[in-house]
Amino acid sequence: MGMKFEKTGEGRYRLNVNGYVCPHPQIYTKKALEKLATGDILELVFDNPSSGESIEQMIENDGNTLVEKLLESGQYEWHIEKS
Amino acid sequence: MQQQVTGVATADLVMDKAALEDAEKRKKRRWALGLLGFFAFTSIATFIYNEYYIYLSVYLWFGLIYGMCLQYGKFCFSSAFRDLFAIRVPRMLVGIVIATLLFGAVSAPITAAGLSTFHAAPVSSHAIIAGAIFGIGMVIAGGCASSSLYKTGEGNMNALIVILSLSLTQALFADVGGWTNNFVPEAWTQSALEKGLPASITVTDGWVDQYLAGYVWNKPAVTYADLLGMTNESVLGAFVGNLLVGILLPAALLLALVYALYWRKGYRKKQQKAGKDVSGLMGELAGYWSMIIANKRTATAGLILGIACALQMLVIQGLRVKFGFKNAGVMLERIGFDFGLSVQGTVFDPGYWYVTTQEAQWVGWTLQKMGIENLDNIYFGFVNGIPNPAINPADWMSFALIGGAAIIALYHNEFKFKKPTWETAMWSVIGGFFMGIGARLGLGCNVGAFFVRVANGDCSGWLFGLGMAGGAYLGVQFFNWWTERKLAKEMESCGL
Repeated sequence: MGMKFEKTGEGRYRLNVNGYVCPHPQIYTKKALEKLATGDILELVFDNPSSGESIEQMIENDGNTLVEKLLESGQYEWHIEKS
Repeated sequence: MQQQVTGVATADLVMDKAALEDAEKRKKRRWALGLLGFFAFTSIATFIYNEYYIYLSVYLWFGLIYGMCLQYGKFCFSSAFRDLFAIRVPRMLVGIVIATLLFGAVSAPITAAGLSTFHAAPVSSHAIIAGAIFGIGMVIAGGCASSSLYKTGEGNMNALIVILSLSLTQALFADVGGWTNNFVPEAWTQSALEKGLPASITVTDGWVDQYLAGYVWNKPAVTYADLLGMTNESVLGAFVGNLLVGILLPAALLLALVYALYWRKGYRKKQQKAGKDVSGLMGELAGYWSMIIANKRTATAGLILGIACALQMLVIQGLRVKFGFKNAGVMLERIGFDFGLSVQGTVFDPGYWYVTTQEAQWVGWTLQKMGIENLDNIYFGFVNGIPNPAINPADWMSFALIGGAAIIALYHNEFKFKKPTWETAMWSVIGGFFMGIGARLGLGCNVGAFFVRVANGDCSGWLFGLGMAGGAYLGVQFFNWWTERKLAKEMESCGL
């Protein structure tokens, strides 16, 4: 499965980078967040644990907010609010 | 009533799901415990069989510790440079600097006491070029040589492809002769011939052979202690030359540069927004410190990793003294394994953390078993040998590293079997290929040619690191272009 980006609702987008290893999840997340408007939510789905460590710090450094973190069977789903 | 029934059914479903997740977590933890038991059993059983196996078990247990630390801290040398350039996150670079400092600090007294197993490598521009090729490869592959091992332990099959590609490339590159001889400068051939290597080594047939014997071996192996006219095996040389000048000062400078370029602005903005004073030297120091402790998991892993690396040198050296040999080749002969030893009777036995040579060796051993003669090259035939992977000390370390990572990943519910896609498999093969070439040119990878060398005051370490950073920058530029193109297509359909 390749990378998938879709609109899931008003101001909500889903970026699925399952199966990708570094640096794809972090670069795709950075680029996707850059394109979103303030207040938009990005639902990020990935399964590469090391990407998570870097993405979390990137979110904090850029002043965005990680509003929800889910982990199920090695798959992560994070909801990020663009500020 | 209908609503109540639906509500109860939903609650039951949620409970079932939670119970299933709990059961899965327990199952994974049992697997983690089982793996740990397997390694313990291997150590005990082999020791009972023959006490020499404790030497291999030391490699095994340190490998296990490395794997646990790497997975726990998501420790990746590729990430150190790549994430800095790609997303401006310095967490991994900080982790690596901490690990290097700790490794260096614990190594210094060991070196001063003359108990170190470390040998400096030749210094020249080849280290920068090799580092750059390796750096491009590790960004394309999605991880360095060591992180590919730990990610394999997480169930990531892309990482396994990287290991296979890296291993195969090295084994073939070290042995390739024929047409590649046309690209060898005459001076290298002459110089290689003058080394007087044993007749079993066909030194004039093979690009890498002539590169090693005709070029690299002519370069001086220098530490910072040597540069300052000090002896490595002295308190002054080990602590002032190698630790202070070779590690502490450049590391502090590197972190200061990263702080100024990648951390300071964001930190000050956040603090000012929160109404905090960031002026003056204290403000700068607080910012610097916030960068160091920003990711405690990575910093903690770096701390343990650094100490473990130095302790391994001490324990291995202790065992060598106890058993009366300087290389495991002697030990293997004593326990009845004489196949695959080098012409000098040696095998690869670094005495510290290393990744790539043992990977090349198992492919070299397999190729030899398939009838391909490769003990006539310097890499296998003169220096490292190709012992059976089942009794190769460094292979025990790498195998256990994968196991250690699997134990932690299973314990934290982060283990997931990941099948590669055609795209990710392609990156893994290409990245592994570049890393394989870079590793053989640089006589090591991100661990052997950078981490271990820097921590032991070897001047070639920082040169390889400089090359790696340059290569990583180029790799990031490529992926920026690649991902931008793909994401733009996807976003277009969402009106973005």
